Amino acid sequence: MPAPKKGPRLGGNGTHQKHILANLAKSLIEHERITTTEAKARQLRPFVEPLITKAKKGDLHARRQVAATLELRNTPFYSGRDTLFKLFEEIAPRYAARPGGYTRIVKLGPRRGDNAPMAIIELVEPLTVAQEATREAEAATKRAVKENEAKAEAAPAEDAAPVADEVTETEVADEVEDKVEDAAPKSDEA
Amino acid sequence: MAVPKRKKSRSRTRSRRAQWKAAPLTLVACDRCQETKRPHTVCQNCGTYDKRQVLAV
Repeated sequence: MPAPKKGPRLGGNGTHQKHILANLAKSLIEHERITTTEAKARQLRPFVEPLITKAKKGDLHARRQVAATLELRNTPFYSGRDTLFKLFEEIAPRYAARPGGYTRIVKLGPRRGDNAPMAIIELVEPLTVAQEATREAEAATKRAVKENEAKAEAAPAEDAAPVADEVTETEVADEVEDKVEDAAPKSDEA
Repeated sequence: MAVPKRKKSRSRTRSRRAQWKAAPLTLVACDRCQETKRPHTVCQNCGTYDKRQVLAV
């Protein structure tokens, strides 16, 4: 038996849920910020974010896949062309430097009438230049630490092997820590 | 069909309902305006959450 999806289910049946999510996603793309129930916002986030990631690819195939998921059809009253255009030409370039996490959910508290917890879901601001630089620097530091750890682990294993009986484990650990501390500032400078 | 044998006395009904209680609401002070608000939600007084203006006031 297939396991049901995690989290609350919306609407009456599977197709209804798809329509609800597609409509919410279209509204979010159009207005960039919508107020809805918390349950719908939580379901919407994993629905739209892959669409934005798709839009960042920007090719015709991605465009058609997004159009299909958003159920954009040409009708006399509504053409999805504006929505699709906005997603691909306005929203996607904005998030070129952001690896996912394009939306923010802020809780508003219960609604009067049915006490449903409400929330605002919005597209986040693009990263500023300073934020991007910080992020890259942090990533570089992390990489350097990882490399040093890998080196430190490989090195004492070879050195300590012959004299393992005399060197206690704590001493080895101290040596490794010293090596990591010594090596870390060098990599930052480089 | 199975039916209750006896009428539920007023006492029984009331004893049961004596356990219906309202839980006290958890409230915290807003960072910005010190007004009480629900935790992890936007402050309805100043419209801020996480030092960000979320609602227009």
